[in-house]
Amino acid sequence: MRYAATWRSRVTLGLPAALALLLLVVPLVALLLRADWARIPSDLATPSVVPALRLSLTTTSTTALLCLLLGTPLAWFLARSDSRATSWVRALLTVPLVLPPVVGGVALLMTWGRNGVVGQYLTPLGIQIPFTTVAVVLAETFVAMPYYVLAVEGAMRGLDPRLEHVARTLGAGDLRYLRTVGLPLVLPGIAGGLALAWARALGEFGATITFAGNFPGRTQTLPLLVYVELERDPQVAISISILLLAVSVLVLGVLRGRWLR
Amino acid sequence: MTTRRAPLRRGTAPAAVAAMAALLLAACGGTTGPSSDGAAQPAAGGTASTPLQGTVTVLAAASLTESFDALARDFEAAHPGVTVQTSYGSSATLVQQVDNGAPASVLALAGTAAAQPLDKGLAKDTRTFASNVLEIAVPPANHAGITSIDDLAKPSAKVVLCADTVPCGKAAQATLAKAHVVPNVVSKEIDVKATLAKVKLAEADAAVVYHSDVVAAKGSVKGVEIPSAVNTRLDYPVITLSDDAATKAFVAYVLSAQGRSTVQSFGFGAP
Repeated sequence: MRYAATWRSRVTLGLPAALALLLLVVPLVALLLRADWARIPSDLATPSVVPALRLSLTTTSTTALLCLLLGTPLAWFLARSDSRATSWVRALLTVPLVLPPVVGGVALLMTWGRNGVVGQYLTPLGIQIPFTTVAVVLAETFVAMPYYVLAVEGAMRGLDPRLEHVARTLGAGDLRYLRTVGLPLVLPGIAGGLALAWARALGEFGATITFAGNFPGRTQTLPLLVYVELERDPQVAISISILLLAVSVLVLGVLRGRWLR
Repeated sequence: MTTRRAPLRRGTAPAAVAAMAALLLAACGGTTGPSSDGAAQPAAGGTASTPLQGTVTVLAAASLTESFDALARDFEAAHPGVTVQTSYGSSATLVQQVDNGAPASVLALAGTAAAQPLDKGLAKDTRTFASNVLEIAVPPANHAGITSIDDLAKPSAKVVLCADTVPCGKAAQATLAKAHVVPNVVSKEIDVKATLAKVKLAEADAAVVYHSDVVAAKGSVKGVEIPSAVNTRLDYPVITLSDDAATKAFVAYVLSAQGRSTVQSFGFGAP
């Protein structure tokens, strides 16, 4: 330390800092303290949890796949352009990021609902989105995709532009450059973005319950089940919460290893 | 829409006790108690000797949204020193919130069964103030052509119910079982208003909600009555959680003839 830390600075900065830490950590510890560890395996095997777990896994994996297939090209366009339009697109992309998820749910209902902007044309074809697993995926993608695109865009911007230049002079087109040079180099960024988006999708509650409803096996994901179980059997709700907490910590591990260095 | 008025059933002992207690409490609070002769009463529970002060925090079942908004408004008008704060949700959620220490002075629930998980030490007084029955809500266009409870069994009709954990969901399950109807349920919503909303938005073809919700929806949904033989009746209790004067006066107002007529104007039945 180059500067002497006075007791005053320690107290004025240390006290709020400690308080901030406690505010964040105590609830997590409380969850762990209240968990009935012996019951967790049986709780997670109950008839209501298994379908929710399966649904959460399939919908979040589909969401991650959609992010990968649709989000990566979008991230690439954002990364290689500095035009005004690009910054507008980026700003637009940030909106779902900060939007309350329940508002996202209402917006999705207004889009894909029976009388929605898009949904009204699907209804005559016999396609109905709300209350289906597709709606869960749409809700999760709506909230998770921005995380993925922004993370991958950041990684792509970090690439040395000379690499692309060299690839071009050697005759490589966009797709070939991406396949052989660009994407392999941003793979850690893609993995980090996927982990982040997947975790966000796994935690999705507001948009899902508003847009997809809550039906066991079809649209009732783990967070929705936690909410419902808290009224039926709080211990089951805590057990599922522990599972989700463990998954979050696991994702954090992936992020630290691959993305945050 | 006609307001359903169940015949007054004062024969049962608990109801009689509740009515007596209500009279007593109302008398203590200096208010005019519920009177069957319908005599003119001072507005919103009358005038107390000293003006009431403070905040009454009311947690009420989602189905009570419109009626308790009206009760709170009338009570505040009569007692300018009192602020009535209302919060609505499924009875199951509210009871769980109160058990976990949510600051509330009054708890009003859909059905006496909903009060079962409530920490017994918290309830200072429990009275029944209204009743409700189930009804099917359909969008005004009613494309699915639902005209009776049996129509809910149509595979093409998307039906929304309340979650099994909340009173309207439990009641709907009981009624559907009695009617031997297995509907195509697409969602089990977290409270009755969320259930109704799916029909208001015409995303669902039908929902099993309370008669009062159909009345409160004021034409944005159509009601299809469920025969009383298979219907489920719920008695709504109001639970006093606090000892302060303003809280007691509010509960007395809910139980007063004027309070009851307000609640009944929103489609509830007599207790």
